[in-house]
Parts: sequence; C-alpha cells; structure tokens
Amino acid sequence: MPATARRRKALVPWAFLAPFCVLFLLLFIAPIGYAVYQSMIRVERTGPMGLGGAREVFGGLENYSRALSDPAFVDSLGRVLLFAAVQVPLMIVLATVLALLLDSASARWPAMFRAMFFLPYGVPGVIATIIWGFLYVPGVSPILDALSWLGLEVDLLGPSTVLWSIANIVTWAFAGYNMLVIIAQLKAIPGELYEAAIVDGAGPLRLVWHVKLPLVRPAIVLTTVFTIIGTLQLFAEPLVLKPLSTAISFTYSPNLSAFNEAFNTNNQALAAAEAVLLALGAFVLSFGFLRLVGRGRR
Amino acid sequence: MRASLRSRILVTALLGVLALYFLLPVYWLLVASTKSTGDLFGSSGLWFADFRLAENLVNVFTYDDGIYLRWVANSVLYAFVGATVSTLLSAAAGYALAKFAFRGRETVFNLVLGGVLVPATALALPLYLMLSNVGLANSYWAVLLPSLVNPFGVYLLRIYTEAAVPDDLLEAGRIDGAGEARIFFSVVLRVLTPGLVTVFLFQFVGIWNNYFLPLVMLSDPALYPITLGLTSWQSFADRQPELYQLTIGGAFVSVVPLMIVTAVLQRFWRAGLTEGSVKG
Repeated sequence: MPATARRRKALVPWAFLAPFCVLFLLLFIAPIGYAVYQSMIRVERTGPMGLGGAREVFGGLENYSRALSDPAFVDSLGRVLLFAAVQVPLMIVLATVLALLLDSASARWPAMFRAMFFLPYGVPGVIATIIWGFLYVPGVSPILDALSWLGLEVDLLGPSTVLWSIANIVTWAFAGYNMLVIIAQLKAIPGELYEAAIVDGAGPLRLVWHVKLPLVRPAIVLTTVFTIIGTLQLFAEPLVLKPLSTAISFTYSPNLSAFNEAFNTNNQALAAAEAVLLALGAFVLSFGFLRLVGRGRR
Repeated sequence: MRASLRSRILVTALLGVLALYFLLPVYWLLVASTKSTGDLFGSSGLWFADFRLAENLVNVFTYDDGIYLRWVANSVLYAFVGATVSTLLSAAAGYALAKFAFRGRETVFNLVLGGVLVPATALALPLYLMLSNVGLANSYWAVLLPSLVNPFGVYLLRIYTEAAVPDDLLEAGRIDGAGEARIFFSVVLRVLTPGLVTVFLFQFVGIWNNYFLPLVMLSDPALYPITLGLTSWQSFADRQPELYQLTIGGAFVSVVPLMIVTAVLQRFWRAGLTEGSVKG
C-alpha cells in the first residue's frame, strides 16, 4: 500500500471518533479543567473599601481549605456518606432480590410484576419527590392517616427521619431500573448451566448462591458503581422537600451547598471547590470499589 | 424445574406486597388528580371524592396561557434531539474503538470510562459559567449541548459492536468497494439496531428526567422542561393554593405516557444490555 493511502486509512477511525471527541473535550474535559481553575481563584478588591474594582489572583488551595473548614459543608459530606453507606447496600440487595424472585421458578406472572417494579423509572426524580412529599405531609398523607389510626404518630420530615424519607424516594425510583440490569444478565445465562446444577442435586437456594449470583456479578458491580455516584450527587430530593421540612437547609448535601454558593451567595470559586471535592469523592469511591472487586476476582 | 405449591404462593405473595409499594404513589397521584383543592386536603387520599379530572386537566393546559404544553414540547425536544444525536455519536465512536486498531485507542477509551465516573452535577456549574461567557446560557443550546455527550453510551456500543458486528461483514463491504462511511451507515448501524434502541431509550429517559442541568442553565420559563416547570409551580403553591392541584394534574399528565412507554418497551431495555453493559 502506498504511504498516502496508508495515512488515509489511519485517519478513518479518527473520523468516526471526531464528532464525539470534540464534544467530549468541550463539554466534559474543559468544564473539569475550568472548575479546577476557578476553584483556585481569589477575588481581591482594590481601592478604598474595596470599591476600586475586583481583581482575580491565584489563591492556591485556600478555597478548598475554606470549604473543608466550614462545619456546615463538612456536615453535608458526612450526611451523604452516611446516606450512601445505607442506600447503596439497601438498593443493591433489593434490586438483586427482586431480580432473583422474578427469575425463580416459583414466580407467577413475572412479566406483569417486572413491569410494575420498573414503572417508577419513568417518573422523573423531582416528580417522584413531589408525589412522595404529599405522602409525607400530615393531613394529606393516607400513610400517616393509617399509622395514626394504629396509634403511631410519626414525623417523616423531622431532623432524624427526613434523610430516610429521601432514601425511600430514591429506592422507589431506581430499584426497578437496577433490577432490570441484573435480570438482563440472568437471562443471558445459558439454560444448560441450570440443568447441570439441578442434575447435580442443587436446590433453588443453592442454585441462587452458587450459580446465579456469581454469574450476575458484573451486573451487580455496574449497578453498585452507578448507585454510589448517584447517591453522592443527592440534590433534587432535598431541594424539593425543603419547603416541607425545616430539617433541610441549603447546606443539606454538598451539591445543594455548591448550588447555593454559586447562585445565592455568588461565590463561584467556593462553589467550584465544593463541586471538585464532590467529583473527587465520587471518583475515589467508585474507582476504589472497582479496584476492590477487580482484585477479589483474580 | 417445578416449584412446590407452597413456595409458589409465598413468592407470589411477596411479589404482590412489593408491587403495592411501587404502585401506591402512582395510585395516589391518579386519585389526587381527580380532586378539587379542597378535597385534596379534606378527603381520604386513597379514595375518590367529587370527580373533577376533566376540569383539573383543562386548568393544567390553560394556566398561564398554556405554558404547560410549551414545557411538554420543550421536554420532547430536549429528550428526542439529545438522545438521537448522542446515540449516533456514541455509535460512531464505539464502532471506531471496537473495529479499528490505532495508536491512542486505549487512551481514548480510558478517558471515556473515566467520564462515566464523573457526576453530571459536578459538570453543570462550570458548564454554566462557560456557556454564559459565550452567551449560550439560558437558551435551548444550554440544555441540548451537554445532553449530546454520553460516555456510557460509547462504552455500551463499543462492547455491543465487538459482539454483534462480524469482521467478515466489514471486509465483504470493503471488497465490494463500499466507502467507510457507507459501510457504517448502511451495514453497521443496521446490525447495531437493538443496542442503539437501548442506548437511545436510556439517554431519552435520562434527559427527560434531568433536573439539575436545566435548573442551572435556564431562567426563562418558556425554555423549561416539565421537571423544572412543575417544581416552579410547586414552589409557589404555599402562596397560591390552586397550584397544588395544578402540580398534581401536571405530574399526572407527564407521568402516564412515559410509564406506558417504559412498560411497553421493556423488551428493548434488555435487548442491548444483554450483549452490552454487563458483559464481564
């Protein structure tokens, strides 16, 4: 092949990649760089009483130390970590159990139940929160009516309960989606594998533990990673529930705090530092999880 | 395998209880959307009172010169255009990564994988500042452009292409003298269809359900998608109580078609996944 033809051929994959890569660089990599740059800026005011104008100077890591020495922001980090520590296992166990129940020979009408469990995925998170919000408010909620009829008075929007009321919304919205990813992998398992295990005398529980669970492991890893990233980004649920609950402030979650710094107090540099910290945390936890399960496998 | 009658009853009963949990909020929304504002707060949430669904729907569609329909149209525009373009871009990139050996391939793929792990909300704030510097904030572009990039779609379609598109097929096309673009558009895309539908649906629902990005980008209510529009009604409801009923009616109208679509298209949600994302 002549050199020019070879060079043209080498360009073919890049031609297919180019449209995606250009947008990826502009709308993914560049914003990350811009956020890091912004997070290191300090705005200095000059002239008498700072009225002479503003000047941007390099501030190093001082926005980070400011964010991390703000007790409200540190509290919000602790809150989403606690939230994730409960929400991630809860979500994954529930999604796996739903998938295995639907896949078991004992389930009647699996297609109908699957459709019902997956239904909430079609409801945007904010709309799910609006609906559940009504179900948490005394006087409107039939759930609270039923509980108080049983003699139980619970406050689902109080300081010690509202985080778990949010966990309920997130579970309701996404369990069916995660279930579907696991079912997709269960369906990909060849039937002969089951038959062989049954011939060997495996009962339904041993079948689940020794055959099905090891084989759906990649699906569980994938849904776990997405759930970790999703829970750390907690934002819409507390924002929409905020008018209903005095327990939710503008620093309830790190994302809410960054949003508040950017749009209400107009401190873009601090907002950028908080966003970078959150992204870093999500990256470290999800990547760390992938490393952990990757090592266990080898 | 035959299951004993006892375990069948037990499992099915458990599934039934779980179904009640997933259906309860939808059922409550259905009942609430038929009520007057007074009955919403004054009657049991589990059963119908004075049936006023038609009136409520008329109010939803006519309030504020019919802004709700505009929000629906915006949501459809963002989700349809965003999902279509991003699926095509992901297919082209996934195909290049799957079927060509070239220097830098693994670097590109690792960058894309890293992109999957970046929380979308962390990008939205810097993107807003960048787009407002070039005068694109508070425009259709501000929501559309970021929706075009879907690293997870590239990842899915790379693996799907590796599994579904045989090399012989591409070689046959090249021997027939077809150009690379033609092979991609008329051969590869056709073979990839189930995977494309899956990636399209995920991205469509992802954009449709998105809240943070439009919230950050948009200030003009005429550009809002449904999610942002309904929360704006909800946030004014303590001053204007009739907005409670509008929020519920609007949520009802927006939720029903999408739920039907997710239920009907379940087959496609799985089709691409079986070959794609969850492969070892």
